[in-house]
Amino acid sequence: MLKFLGRRIFMMLISAICITFVVFFLTNLAPNLEKVAKSEAGSRISDEEVASWLEKNGYTQPLLKRYGEWLGVAPGWTWSDENGVTTGRCIAPGSDPVTTPRYCGILQGNWGNSNVFKSPVSTVIGKRLSVTGVLMFWVMVTMVPISLLIGVMAGMREGSRTDRALSSFSIASTATPEYVSGVIMIVIFASSVTGLKWFKGTSASDVSDITFQNFFLPVATIALYGIGYIARMTRASMTEVMTAQYIRTARLKGVSFRNVVLKHALRNALIAPFTVIMLQFPWLLNGVVIVETLFNCKGFGWTLVQAAGNNDIQLLLGCSVIAVLVVLVTQLISDIGYVFLNPRIRIS
Amino acid sequence: MTATAWDPSQPILEINNLSISFFTRLREIPAVMDFSCTVMAGEAMGLVGESGCGKSTVALAVMRDLGKNGRIVGGSIKFKGRDLTNMNEEELRHIRGSEIAMIYQEPMASLNPAMKIGAQLAEVPMIHEGMSKDDAWTLARQIVADVRLPDPDRILKSYPHQLSGGQQQRIVIAMALMSKPALLILDEPTTALDVTVEAGIVDLVKDLGEKYGTSMLFISHNLGLVLDVCDRLCVMYSGEAVETGAVADVFDRMQHPYTQALFRSIPLPGADKNSRPLISIPGNFPLPHERPNGCNFGPRCSYFTAGLCDKADVPMVDIGGHDRHGSRCLRVDQIDWAAPPPAKAAIEKGEIGPVVLRMEDVRKYYEVSSGMFGGGAKKVVKANETLTFEAREGETLAIVGESGCGKSTFAKVLMGLETATSGKIMLYDRDIQSTPIEKRDTGTVSGVQMVFQNPFDTLNPSMTVGRQIIRALEIFGQGANDQERSARMLELLDLVKLPRAFADRMPRQLSGGQKQRVGIARAFAGGAKIVVADEPVSALDVSVQAAVTDLLMEIQRKNKTTLLFISHDLSIVRYLADRVMVMYLGHVVELGTTDQVFSPPYHPYTEALLSAVPIADTRVKRKRIVLEGDIPSAMNPPPGCPFQTRCRWKSHVAGGLCEKEMPPMRTLAGGHQIKCHLSDADFAGMEPVIQIAAE
Amino acid sequence: MDALSWGAICATILKQFMPVWIALAATFALSISFKRRLGLYGKLFDSTVGMIGFGIVMFWVFTALFAPMIQMYDVLTQIAQLKNKVPGTALPDGAGYYILGGDHLGRDVFSRVVAGSRVVIQIAPLATMFAFMVGITLGLPAGYYGGRLDTGLSFLANLVLAFPVILLFYLLVTPEIVKTGLPQYIGVVLFAMPLLFLVLLTNSRFYVTPGFRNMLVGGILLIGGWAYLSLIGEADTRVNLLPAALDFIHMPGNILIVFVSVVFVNAPTVFRIVRGIVLDIKTRDYVSAAQTRGERPWYIMLWEILPNARGPLIVDFCLRIGYTTILLGTLGFFGLGLSPESPDWGSTINAGRKLLTIAPHPAFVPALALMSLVLGLNLLADGLREESMKD
Repeated sequence: MLKFLGRRIFMMLISAICITFVVFFLTNLAPNLEKVAKSEAGSRISDEEVASWLEKNGYTQPLLKRYGEWLGVAPGWTWSDENGVTTGRCIAPGSDPVTTPRYCGILQGNWGNSNVFKSPVSTVIGKRLSVTGVLMFWVMVTMVPISLLIGVMAGMREGSRTDRALSSFSIASTATPEYVSGVIMIVIFASSVTGLKWFKGTSASDVSDITFQNFFLPVATIALYGIGYIARMTRASMTEVMTAQYIRTARLKGVSFRNVVLKHALRNALIAPFTVIMLQFPWLLNGVVIVETLFNCKGFGWTLVQAAGNNDIQLLLGCSVIAVLVVLVTQLISDIGYVFLNPRIRIS
Repeated sequence: MTATAWDPSQPILEINNLSISFFTRLREIPAVMDFSCTVMAGEAMGLVGESGCGKSTVALAVMRDLGKNGRIVGGSIKFKGRDLTNMNEEELRHIRGSEIAMIYQEPMASLNPAMKIGAQLAEVPMIHEGMSKDDAWTLARQIVADVRLPDPDRILKSYPHQLSGGQQQRIVIAMALMSKPALLILDEPTTALDVTVEAGIVDLVKDLGEKYGTSMLFISHNLGLVLDVCDRLCVMYSGEAVETGAVADVFDRMQHPYTQALFRSIPLPGADKNSRPLISIPGNFPLPHERPNGCNFGPRCSYFTAGLCDKADVPMVDIGGHDRHGSRCLRVDQIDWAAPPPAKAAIEKGEIGPVVLRMEDVRKYYEVSSGMFGGGAKKVVKANETLTFEAREGETLAIVGESGCGKSTFAKVLMGLETATSGKIMLYDRDIQSTPIEKRDTGTVSGVQMVFQNPFDTLNPSMTVGRQIIRALEIFGQGANDQERSARMLELLDLVKLPRAFADRMPRQLSGGQKQRVGIARAFAGGAKIVVADEPVSALDVSVQAAVTDLLMEIQRKNKTTLLFISHDLSIVRYLADRVMVMYLGHVVELGTTDQVFSPPYHPYTEALLSAVPIADTRVKRKRIVLEGDIPSAMNPPPGCPFQTRCRWKSHVAGGLCEKEMPPMRTLAGGHQIKCHLSDADFAGMEPVIQIAAE
Repeated sequence: MDALSWGAICATILKQFMPVWIALAATFALSISFKRRLGLYGKLFDSTVGMIGFGIVMFWVFTALFAPMIQMYDVLTQIAQLKNKVPGTALPDGAGYYILGGDHLGRDVFSRVVAGSRVVIQIAPLATMFAFMVGITLGLPAGYYGGRLDTGLSFLANLVLAFPVILLFYLLVTPEIVKTGLPQYIGVVLFAMPLLFLVLLTNSRFYVTPGFRNMLVGGILLIGGWAYLSLIGEADTRVNLLPAALDFIHMPGNILIVFVSVVFVNAPTVFRIVRGIVLDIKTRDYVSAAQTRGERPWYIMLWEILPNARGPLIVDFCLRIGYTTILLGTLGFFGLGLSPESPDWGSTINAGRKLLTIAPHPAFVPALALMSLVLGLNLLADGLREESMKD
């Protein structure tokens, strides 16, 4: 088990390095850097000035070296200008170059500065992440139990009326992407058309201002899409299990239907959906971005859009690190959970 | 409980005129028609028939578990005098598991993979008798010991996948016995198991039946097995019971043409491919919605009389003078049942030519590494060890052994799908050992071909039959153009006795036997000189087996093909093989002519194997040798002789030699080879396992 | 002129869709009468769910086909007086109505949605097809050979799956990155897959008759290669391979990015599915039979294994067209996909959402259209799955 875990974590780190490198590469392509130079040093500067600015700020070093610096495994660049003033990646303006550490990357906790928000990336992301965290928490709390319940109820008796009703609901909900259900919900519950105005169509950007009124619609929007998907997976898995030979064995042992479902079918049927729930995270992130844009909720997804839209390299890199970590950690949890739920794998 | 009102002299189970249908969108498909049978207390009733005859449907109807589409459309099923057909779910629940228990074909599938064995066993008395958890576990432990499983405590705490197939089936049996049912239904309980394991299970079932006084409904396609287990039997054909009676009556004084044809088509001792060939049943099993008028067996029956047998449904008639013996035949009194079968012309023995294939000391080891990146200890699986033999032109060499004995690896190595670790494979005078199939020339590839086991798997389901044969011709470089190839393809269909119209059919439109014929045609497309037949008939119904075997023999005679016949079925091996090679855990343990192998001296494993194979002949007396335990895994074979863990002769060898040293291959009289430490005196003292009582 | 009542609006819409109704009726009548002879497609008409799904999907297919006949006004004509007007509002010159109202620029919502179906119906299946080709071409050898190749490809697939999709879109569509030609280079690789697939497919089967093979493969390479070069090359970009006279396919940069994104998102999942099926099928005896008669690996993969994997793949294809439609909408929603003027549903929803609380219909109508199409595809997939399992 420990060996398995170690290998998984090793693979996870490799994946994280690969993905962040791709993002690093894409954000550090020449035209992007030129744009950064112009936005930092003035938009009307000549090509030579751009080149010298880039050189002064360490952007002309080989890509791998810069990636290493960003990661914190290569020493940060330093640059001494003709006045003898030394600047560098790790040297805060006005501080003494001698006392500063040589390495300052992600690993040392230095995530760089955001150009858009004019503050350290770590603070920006931390603040925004908490909003999204609350959102996701409620999404999970509503989505998982509801979808599992629907899936199990539908799959329990394949072809029954309950099955048809619940399956229709889940198919309809998977067919409704967040931006459609969000639009529909706003029209129905928050616009002047129906006049219901039960909930607010926009959410607050602040964690302290979370109320049922302004968080209900975004949570419902994200959860709705996920519910359908997970419920269908659960149903498929449940119907498959219910036709298995060992369920017949249990039934012919005289086990009551209730216990057949609860004691014999459920655990086997939950193995597959568990993986699905965990793999939902990358898609949830997608949904989060859409919903946060739609409801003007200033969370992580919103920040990602801002960073990407404004070519804020450091922030974008920070966001991608978070996104990739979330995805990979959930994959890890899903693997472990799978092993835990499935004795066939656990023991061999 | 009405059980008290039931008189033990009355039947436990009484099925009267039962009819069951399955309802699909298109039509009603009758699965069982007018089925009656009675099981008395303590009696074992066998239900025999080919696949699709409705025997399992009867069992499920007794359990009232026919699924959504199945329905009982007529008749009654009385269990201890109470009619099961009109019971509600709640009443059924009390009977299921406590009074009637069932044992299934696939032990692995019938155990819950996510529940511990103990919990699955203890559940039964907890539901039906309200037993406390601790008591139930104690009982479970006791029953597990009863089914002769070692270390019950460890077994109770393990999950199903940690046990071997034989152990799992014992657990399923234990589960059925947990609340001492009055009736036990066994649906092909040993089909998925190896013969030597099967023998142990059959013994267990018989003993437990006697010990607990349980009645049994034993469903099987294997007549030999029924003879071993049952008191009475009922032969089914296409949804109907055609003959029922005491085992001795049905076996020796059969009164239905189907039963007779069935017995004539299975290889019993005494049958011989040249002098007394099997008689296969012509035609095919009718599909449920294509049953003929009148007698279902009519179109395939040699006693068929037009105007009589195809008129109206045939009723079951009682045969006078026998014990509850019935037959569903209108001509039962007109047929001379004792008349010998119309003599099929004896065929001249095929000539055996020079050596075409020689294997010398072939070894095949696999390295198995656990872990994704080669981490973890490497293990060597020795799939084949020092394989040495030769095969001659026109000869049939049977390779016998149970699962894991290395026969499929041997086939792969010969075909070139894998290369051997060491040794020599000489095809004529070329060494092809280290030549994988991609590097073999077309002549070699088309000269060594294979016939596969599973007819449902052997043909690509999305290509027409003709196209598949033509593809083989293309690959083997036969024919100059498409016209020539399709002409050759039609000839091949003729060769395997299939109508030419089959060329345009999809495999799903063919029956199992027909598919197997196409597989044979494909193997002979390039004029194969050596054909490896990997259990070519074991998945077919008995009545079809004979026809396919005959076909293989006939083509062999015509083409002088060398046939390497891989099988676990010793009856068929005795029938068609010229020489036999017995394998166990990768080793050849015995090699000799068919007569040498089937008579003493034996290798102890061959002896056990012979004794384990059920034979459907009341005259045959078999010595019971039941092997202990399971076949060891090839991953960690036992030290010394591979068979020493299960060998009953081990004590005859002094000094524990069997556990220390691999025995040498010894050559006895007539080139008969045995790999064993036993002394010549021990060999000389061996008694034959099978004896045919004098008539 | 007065505004139309809701009844009149419905009647007008039904009338406008007349060609679609006729085509649908014809399709159903023909299919149902010959359903026993049409294989899996015919069996679809035994399942209510499948029929409903097929009906909805075909509704949009026919709408796309007959869009010029159905739509009432030009999709870009703006009438200032009709900005955000409710459904049924009459035109200022009295010549007709905006039956589903006007959007924020005063364009006809109904016509835009109808025209939008064309964009969706053209791009979604095609893009999904490319994703399948890529997934299949990589999944087959991964499953068949196993070992290092499998480990490597699976790792790559997991890597792409772990990549935050949204980030990928943003990165790919930035003008600076487009200028470097990166999406085009990715396209160069991805679009080569179908060509590779076709060549492998024909070569593996016909190599036994070299003459015929050479002709066939040559033809495919010539025509396919021309289409390929023409597809990836675009004047005034980094990849400009063919002279303008020969370059007959013009794919605007935006659509290329959409294709690349769709392939990126879907191919790893298809890869996984294919790999899984191959792992199962390769243990079958007919695969061993092919091996023992000395077939080459690609023949076995493409002609022995792939045709038998078609059931689950067709079902997944339907589902995935739905996801692609959603993805197209997502791209449109972020303003990343097609041009902002394009009538495709995602972009229209995006344009309309800002004024949702005042005038919901410009976003609501395309939202419903998109939902119904995806729903239809899902139901169709369900029906197909159910029917294919009944065999």
